[in-house]
Amino acid sequence: MSVLATKFRHYWSLTKPLQTGLLLATGLAGYMSARCPVINMGTILGAAGSLFLAIAGSTVLNMWWDRDIDAKMGRTQHRATSSGQVTENEVLRVGLLLSVVGVGIAVAMDALFGLIVFAGLFFDVVVYSIWLKRRTAWSIVWGGVSGAMPILAGRTLGLGSIDWIGLTLALGVLLWIPTHTLTFSMKFAKDYAAACVPTFPSTYGLGFTRVTIAISSVLAALAMVIAGYGLGMAWGFLRLLSVLSVGLLMLAFAITFKPSERVNFGLFKYASVYMLAAMILVVIEVM
Amino acid sequence: MKMSPLDRVLLLITGILAAYQVAVGIDGFDTVPIIAYTIAFGVLLVAGLLLIIWGFEVLDSPTIVVVSTAIPLSLSLGLVWQHLASFRTSYLIFAILGFLAVTLTRSIPVPGKIPTIVLALVHGIAGMTIFLLPIILSVQGKTPPLFSFVGVGGALIGIGGLLLSFLKAGRPILSRGTILKVLPGLLLLMTICFVAGFKFG
Repeated sequence: MSVLATKFRHYWSLTKPLQTGLLLATGLAGYMSARCPVINMGTILGAAGSLFLAIAGSTVLNMWWDRDIDAKMGRTQHRATSSGQVTENEVLRVGLLLSVVGVGIAVAMDALFGLIVFAGLFFDVVVYSIWLKRRTAWSIVWGGVSGAMPILAGRTLGLGSIDWIGLTLALGVLLWIPTHTLTFSMKFAKDYAAACVPTFPSTYGLGFTRVTIAISSVLAALAMVIAGYGLGMAWGFLRLLSVLSVGLLMLAFAITFKPSERVNFGLFKYASVYMLAAMILVVIEVM
Repeated sequence: MKMSPLDRVLLLITGILAAYQVAVGIDGFDTVPIIAYTIAFGVLLVAGLLLIIWGFEVLDSPTIVVVSTAIPLSLSLGLVWQHLASFRTSYLIFAILGFLAVTLTRSIPVPGKIPTIVLALVHGIAGMTIFLLPIILSVQGKTPPLFSFVGVGGALIGIGGLLLSFLKAGRPILSRGTILKVLPGLLLLMTICFVAGFKFG
């Protein structure tokens, strides 16, 4: 029993629960934003289950693929995959199983929903991790595209089709992801250099990276507010979203013009809070 | 001083209440009060989140003085605009000039005690307005009695401001540890008073 519990703990950490939870929240918020009958528990549970399994599966597959570079980085060398606590083949099998079951449930629920969930997984594992991550710093764009798929998938499931609001919400997430990942790559620049993974800071320098973060934050906030307006959000909720957006913009400008480790960390954390708050607002708005 | 989990919870509740006030609590007001209260509670919300993220060390930043000026100034502007129609324009000018004066005297080197005098003047007028105006209006029967809670919130924000100002000036009324211990609770109590005052007043 304790062996199973230990194994579960290893695999649970390999799914990056916080990141998976945040992406799952965007997917469910996207679904609810369609103002479909959100009390349909079967559909909600199906959507949550398929998204969770697919996102967790792709994360485990990424860990499996990146186990060699994870072992070279101080931040990740204790992961179960890189420290040998779980075997490579087992991780691959678990990742594939989670992914196939997740995408399978999604396809069974709705073909278009399933296609978008699969696209997210494909962009994340194949395009981002396997193909581009070790070749170019711009790989994060495809990481962003895959991160934007859950919210688009959720809205498409609720709506039955892809609309401009769903695309704008997805664009908001896509543009938010550099704010998150670039601050991270600045904080752990030495780790990435040790593993020979090209990042914006190592390829273009800190100045360009900070400007990129600022621009993507401005555009992400703009996209979220436009999507909120398109959703017919009440003025009060739009006001609140704008206030939170201004906080994001101020930190983005602070990191550009008065950079420091503290501002970097603050922006990294605030960006997560911002996205979670935006998703909660979308959900509250339609309840 | 390290922030305790309880401090974080208190600040989170403060942020949620401030968010409620921005989203729901000021609907139906005129444009200027809505903008003023949005700034006040918006700054409170974002500052609360950043306090949770960065910890109490952020209070040592010189920017805090400027940010903390925005809250009482915009709150008092909203109150004056709503309840003292004849002072609207003059108070709006005072609020803008006051904010600019505090920002300037904290951004560039200014000799003598001018920065302290400017800060005391701006905070004093704004703080007394938030403290006295709702209580006077309630006593006069021009607003429901519970609107006086806004005044109580004003008193609490004044106490918090005084404690922090004297601490930053190097002449603390209470020890730094004590101030930081009571600050999250004080901020929450203040926000509860504001939200209750606007809701039931």
